[in-house]
Amino acid sequence: MSDSINLKLKIWRQRNHKEAGHFEMYDMPGVSTHMSFLEMMDVLNDRLIREGKDPVAFDHDCREGICGMCSMYINGRAHGPLKGTTTCQLHMRHFSDGETVTIEPWRAAAFPVIKDLVVDRTSFDKIIAAGGYISVNTGNATDANSLPVEKAKSDEAFDAAACIGCGACVATCKNASGMLFLSAKVSHLALLPQGEPERRERVLRMIDAHDESGLGACTNTGACEAECPKEISISHIARLNREYLRAGMTGE
Amino acid sequence: MIASLRMFYTSVGRKLVMALTGLFLCVFLLEHLYGNLQLYKMDGGKAFNEYGDFLVGNIIIRTVEFALFGGILLHALDGLYLTWRNRQARPVRYAVNRQAKNSTWFSRNMGLTGSIILVFLVVHLRTFFVTHRFLGADTSMAHDVAEAFQSNIYAALYVVAMMLLGAHLNHGFQSAFQTIGWNNKKYAQPLRTAGTLFALLVTIGFASFPIVFYFDLFGVASNILQSSY
Amino acid sequence: MASSPKLNSHIPEGPMESKWTHHKSTVRLVSPANKRRLDVIVVGTGLAGASAAASLAELGYNVKAFCFQDSPRRAHSIAAQGGINAAKNYQNDGDSVYRLFYDTVKGGDYRAREANVYRLAEVSASIIDQCVAQGVPFAREYGGLLDNRSFGGVQVSRTFYARGQTGQQLLLGAYSALERQVAKGAVTMYSRHEMVELVMVDGKARGIIARNLVTGELERHFGHAVLICSGGYGNVFYLSTNAMGSNVTAAWKAHKKGAFFGNPCFTQIHPTCIPVSGDYQSKLTLMSESLRNDGRVWVPKAVGDKRKPEEISDEERDYYLERRYPAFGNLVPRDVASRAAKQACDEGRGVGPSGLAVYLDFRDAIKRLGHHVISARYGNLFEMYEKITGEDPYQTPMRIYPAVHYTMGGLWVDYNLMTTVPGLYALGEANFSDHGANRLGASALMQGLADGYFVIPYTLGEYLADDIRTPAIPTNHPAFDEAEKSVRDRIEKLMSIKGKQTVEDLHKRLGRIIWDYCGMSRTAEGLTKALAMVQELKNEFWTDVRIPGDVNEFNPELDKAGRVADFIELGELMIRDALMRNESCGGHFREESQTEDGEAKRDDENFAFVAAWEYTGTEPVLHKEELNFEVVHLTQRSYK
Repeated sequence: MSDSINLKLKIWRQRNHKEAGHFEMYDMPGVSTHMSFLEMMDVLNDRLIREGKDPVAFDHDCREGICGMCSMYINGRAHGPLKGTTTCQLHMRHFSDGETVTIEPWRAAAFPVIKDLVVDRTSFDKIIAAGGYISVNTGNATDANSLPVEKAKSDEAFDAAACIGCGACVATCKNASGMLFLSAKVSHLALLPQGEPERRERVLRMIDAHDESGLGACTNTGACEAECPKEISISHIARLNREYLRAGMTGE
Repeated sequence: MIASLRMFYTSVGRKLVMALTGLFLCVFLLEHLYGNLQLYKMDGGKAFNEYGDFLVGNIIIRTVEFALFGGILLHALDGLYLTWRNRQARPVRYAVNRQAKNSTWFSRNMGLTGSIILVFLVVHLRTFFVTHRFLGADTSMAHDVAEAFQSNIYAALYVVAMMLLGAHLNHGFQSAFQTIGWNNKKYAQPLRTAGTLFALLVTIGFASFPIVFYFDLFGVASNILQSSY
Repeated sequence: MASSPKLNSHIPEGPMESKWTHHKSTVRLVSPANKRRLDVIVVGTGLAGASAAASLAELGYNVKAFCFQDSPRRAHSIAAQGGINAAKNYQNDGDSVYRLFYDTVKGGDYRAREANVYRLAEVSASIIDQCVAQGVPFAREYGGLLDNRSFGGVQVSRTFYARGQTGQQLLLGAYSALERQVAKGAVTMYSRHEMVELVMVDGKARGIIARNLVTGELERHFGHAVLICSGGYGNVFYLSTNAMGSNVTAAWKAHKKGAFFGNPCFTQIHPTCIPVSGDYQSKLTLMSESLRNDGRVWVPKAVGDKRKPEEISDEERDYYLERRYPAFGNLVPRDVASRAAKQACDEGRGVGPSGLAVYLDFRDAIKRLGHHVISARYGNLFEMYEKITGEDPYQTPMRIYPAVHYTMGGLWVDYNLMTTVPGLYALGEANFSDHGANRLGASALMQGLADGYFVIPYTLGEYLADDIRTPAIPTNHPAFDEAEKSVRDRIEKLMSIKGKQTVEDLHKRLGRIIWDYCGMSRTAEGLTKALAMVQELKNEFWTDVRIPGDVNEFNPELDKAGRVADFIELGELMIRDALMRNESCGGHFREESQTEDGEAKRDDENFAFVAAWEYTGTEPVLHKEELNFEVVHLTQRSYK
């Protein structure tokens, strides 16, 4: 395999959320296959700056797949073609010579474009603020080992808590639904005894916040699970539904 | 009452409505299939007609019938509403979207398959139900069925519709269990399998009638058409 | 040596183990009614910032929190992998507050302030309680109780962990507490905002100028107190394990307004990172130190042995950490492990295409424990390694090399975490306080949360008790006008240069200078050279930088330019500090000061102090805080 490939990039450019956007084509010769996708974007931007052009804006921060800041819809897939991988962890060895790579921002009414590939995901913060916590003021806690938690449940809670809040689930869902994100938090807290007292209120309030932000409803296509960089299971959505039924059926 | 209904207004609540009505309709399908199977008794349609008469004469069944139409209506309207609302959630579409990589066509197009099935349902009801119940036709129901399926277009329409219904159920059945929360990592695969088996049962079961009658397999059609019952 | 009169550390009187208890019960309080009238600004929403903002809001203060990321949940604390230390002694292996305190002071090579470290160890247990109550899914044993692992530099198992994502889980806990306060209206959250200036009124910190990174607008925010929780400055090296956006700007602005900068040259080079693969490299990825629990570090015995690792027999391998440090083996502290790797590579025994890497081998652990055990412990780390390098660490050893990871230096603070500017506090990695010249693994998370959850809620009252009658200062006050104008002028200057070099170019060059001369080993000669180079680079920056786009729009290049300009100034101070400190201690290795077998040699006689630098605009002025060791006996660190 050659260590370098030539690509064409078709990138969505949009000055701000008011102006209309369009695609632009860029030639990218000699891309090292050891580069990460974002490093390739860096190389492109470096060139654009030197040419006196506006570099492509994209969100990124930790570049190790955990902060959830990077996004990008690459060749029709959230975070690109590789399973269980964020854009920042995607390397160019997964692309082939001569390929045209289409790069779009997350598209959802709840995620308006700020510039180019950068979108506003504050609706996720609002969903968490609505109830994605356990109300324990600092200093109120009892000894950490006073409440044993079944290992299997603790592990399952962890699987849900691994969500990085990147929004790939919304981006990839045909309904731009945020259910996988929402359910990951509800499920994480519902599985732990510490989360028990607020279980009912939490799910009701978080779903209201989800709907208010303009995210769509889940139709169980399973696309979110397939594209989630942390491979969070839609069984958490089932648990969310269960929690919701339980909360809705029981009295105030 | 209003407060307790409120839970059905959220995105999850509306999905619950879809799931519960959907499952209810699944039960009805089984009942309907059981009734239709009477046509294969080779008794000139007697059992089938009697079964039909029994349904019409039973006050409980008549009550359930209202629930059934209510269920169909709710399932359809809620489905249309959700499809509309979900489209609002993504005003700008992707230029390139490789959805086939992460989900099946049928899971993404429940609105479309559902709408076609709804159109079919109207035709179906007009042909059999409305004619008998409201227009007071005094012909034998079994006879009407056998006759209707002599038309190649009509028989083909039924077969296609049943295949779409199967596709709709293949996703819908397991999806309903997911929505009412009866799913976890352990159940996921068995549920999918059960959904597929159920969809196959319904499709093969119902689609067998137009095929059997059109081609007069095993002489079923002749048996009914020649009967004076 | 006596401390500078400008540095009062305010260490409470009394025996070490009762200082904090005594202090807590004697610091002044602010009544709930008065707290409602007091505004607190928190810059940064990592572990320190989020925990402080949430805790202060719970107490009743009005909090305004700022982060440059799009959500407070993305602060770089999220990337911490291995764990968090706490003196819980759940394992019954002899751990105690004293031992955690002792290990931390020793691990920091006796350059930390004892009283602060003792308090850190003391509150560590409460952190675990708090986090578990928040729903942080720490690893558990089958009985349902919490599990612990061991970590570098210590001989007990006191590290709590959540797979390889401990930082993420702790931050999400603090973030959820923060969002709960946002929903209550007690915290106003400003994401995609960057603090670009500190506002001083009558000698006190009274607010900040923040830049809205989406619109480019400058905003004025008043606060009775300002908390800098903006993390470390590892990105001065360009390549580091920090996030791309991690920067020193908030702390540097505070420094230029009078906050002394403590021990800037104390930086931590983490021994286990994925080696550099090319010149396009934008950052380095850390592989958790916990890997050294089961992985064995080695290089070939022979110089220039380019065979595949599988083809090199055990006799031909040099497990140099086990050989040189039999007591701690692969678990020696980070500075020791990093330096040993550098030495092996300098000898020409480095592996991989660049020769700048050593092996971290799991072959024996897999043989001993089985594939499934290793996969349960490190599965996600192995996957990450494979994603980046395309190699499977179950089959072939990992290649690792040291990389800049953490900065022990930071704004100088007293026992109350207040800087030399009244009303200005620094928490977490942004301050200099607890780790001395080297931080032990799993202690950064502990310190960030200790500062935010359990220290600042007590110590802030001491200062604000005097402020209960101070009404909010309107932001049309001349001090705000002046601060905003200086920011505006600086941005205009940056935009007007329109030179030829990109911000990245200049940042890369800065990083190269600092890495080469102020990295894992330093000499007076090199540092002197580097000082001139950085000064030259500063000139070039201000005459030749090219920034595209406009001021009043989303313009990441402009944001980056402001940060790099600050990094250059900080780089200069780091070099001066390293030059001044003519001893080796912890992560600071001066070649002039080493033992016969190449270990770091401290000079307690002349350098047992914190270097706190005052900004003057010209030559910085050094102030010394003498470190008095009342409890721990100073010895040459040994892990042999």
